[in-house]
Amino acid sequence: MTDMIKLSAATLSGLLTDGSVSSVEVTQAHLDRIAAIDTGVHAFLHVSGEAALAAAARVDARRAAGEALGPLAGVPIAIKDVLATIDMPSTAGSKILEGWIPPYDATVVKRVRDAGLIPLGKTNMDEFAMGSSTEFSAYGPTHNPWDFDRIPGGSGGGSAAAVSSFEAPLALGSDTGGSIRQPAAVTGSVGVKPTYGGVSRYGSIALASSLDQVGPVTRTVLDAALLHDVIGGHDPLDSTSLTDAWPSMAAAARSGLADGALKGVRVGVVKELSGNGFQAGVAQRFTETLALLAAAGAEIVEVSAPNFEYAIAAYYLILPAEASSNLARFDSVRFGIRVNPEGGPLTSERVMAATRDAGFGPEVKRRIILGTYALSAGYYDAYYGSAQKVRTLIQRDFDAAFSKVDVLVSPSAPTTAFKFGEKMADPMAMYLNDVTTIPANLAGVPGMSLPMGLAPEDGLPVGLQIMAPAKMDARLYSFGAAVEALLEASWGHTLLSQAPELAPTEMYTNAVFTSTEGAV
Amino acid sequence: MSEITAEQVAHLANLARIDLSSEEISRLTLELGQIVDSVAKVAEVATPDVPATSHPMPLTNVFRADTVVPSLTVEQALSGAPDRDGDKFRVPAILDEE
Repeated sequence: MTDMIKLSAATLSGLLTDGSVSSVEVTQAHLDRIAAIDTGVHAFLHVSGEAALAAAARVDARRAAGEALGPLAGVPIAIKDVLATIDMPSTAGSKILEGWIPPYDATVVKRVRDAGLIPLGKTNMDEFAMGSSTEFSAYGPTHNPWDFDRIPGGSGGGSAAAVSSFEAPLALGSDTGGSIRQPAAVTGSVGVKPTYGGVSRYGSIALASSLDQVGPVTRTVLDAALLHDVIGGHDPLDSTSLTDAWPSMAAAARSGLADGALKGVRVGVVKELSGNGFQAGVAQRFTETLALLAAAGAEIVEVSAPNFEYAIAAYYLILPAEASSNLARFDSVRFGIRVNPEGGPLTSERVMAATRDAGFGPEVKRRIILGTYALSAGYYDAYYGSAQKVRTLIQRDFDAAFSKVDVLVSPSAPTTAFKFGEKMADPMAMYLNDVTTIPANLAGVPGMSLPMGLAPEDGLPVGLQIMAPAKMDARLYSFGAAVEALLEASWGHTLLSQAPELAPTEMYTNAVFTSTEGAV
Repeated sequence: MSEITAEQVAHLANLARIDLSSEEISRLTLELGQIVDSVAKVAEVATPDVPATSHPMPLTNVFRADTVVPSLTVEQALSGAPDRDGDKFRVPAILDEE
């Protein structure tokens, strides 16, 4: 079973259920893979091998005792470091939380454990999820499994790299402006940002509370749906959690595989999210995908969302404003590091300021200062107030578009994976990576990214973004599974089967991370 | 259009309780000016007739029953503290001597 790591979670589920493999075997295979290649990929900040094997043995024992278990029981999963885990450090990629082990599990982590999934460890991310490349992780960047010189996307580059390099079949991510979807696009994997409030945020270290949403990171649409079914649903510990009853996302994904599932589906192409500004190979694969959809009976309709043009501007006011408030909790008193100032009296205020200077990286400082500015007296109406109005306009654009079409599509990101360092000097250039994904966060609607090919000019993955009306997450899965099947039939293989084999001995020799490995 | 000054950034850093170096302040002054210039375009469409949206899926009055439920123990609550004194968080002096 050397190929066990290549199997989807759905396939592993079948093999675990019929007893062909044990969870201990599956877990060990993934731990071996991590040990073999993660020095090069650096997807993980912490690997919890012993605890994973113990949890796997417990699932095997329960199964052997005849207990009825959920479909993903015994399947390993990687957890983004933004999520609180009671038995593993949870740093959100920041020095200020180095070594912090929370006294509780995030609700999604608890649900994953209750469903019998096996947490393997914590994945790397841009500090407090601020970034599109993992270059802002305090623990060194994650490398794209397709090309170690390139970014894996961000902030959830660790989770996306873990699934696309076969270190884990499933991972959890969080998406505030694209942190699940953009990494999925540039690594050739699948990522879903659920409807705002569809998945609990309790225990997710807050970046921007009105935008953050936790979701699945996987290699197939069906796997994402299976994981969504585990983590979704109302949580009384999150006051923004929706009380709606949700349909089975897995059933929706399976319905998308039926013949003719795309017939008559009205697919909206957002005029403002195509054309200029997109890399040629991205635009080409998008156009080809639309042609495939049309040939399968979908109706392609161009729709306009004129206010999307203002989405990035609104986002980079709302996000820093909320983040500057959320990150005030890092005060050197209740958790995290404490750093005393050099000289002068040791007052709480001075210790807090010295701690935050030492503990926060450059992007976090930049956004806290920007957010503090946007919320200042005299600027509040012009900046934060106006940004909230743009949010209304963007919701109206979505409402108008969804009155004409069933789903909206666009490329998930304007380019394929860029090289390390390419956008570090210019914050605005980095922010523009999120142009396609931000509107969904501002409006709260669900979005998915799935692979739609390799760009001819660089051979790197290109992602298709699908958006559905709020609370219609199931439609993402039925449509997404149909598109995935259509694309794979046209290629004759999965996209990730084209990724370079990462030899166990392969090391990233230019990397600077040595002792920075792990936040332990 | 924005005229962000180093004094302003130093003041913001003080409000945000981050002890920035003078190099960080000068770099942030430049960057903040550029970012603010780019994001100021929100004002172009934010006319008075448009209501503000603070939350994508607005919910109101989310309450739970007023009953005691299990919560963190004192040990758990203190487990991540950089310093403690018995059952309390230990902090530096709140007020300066002067």
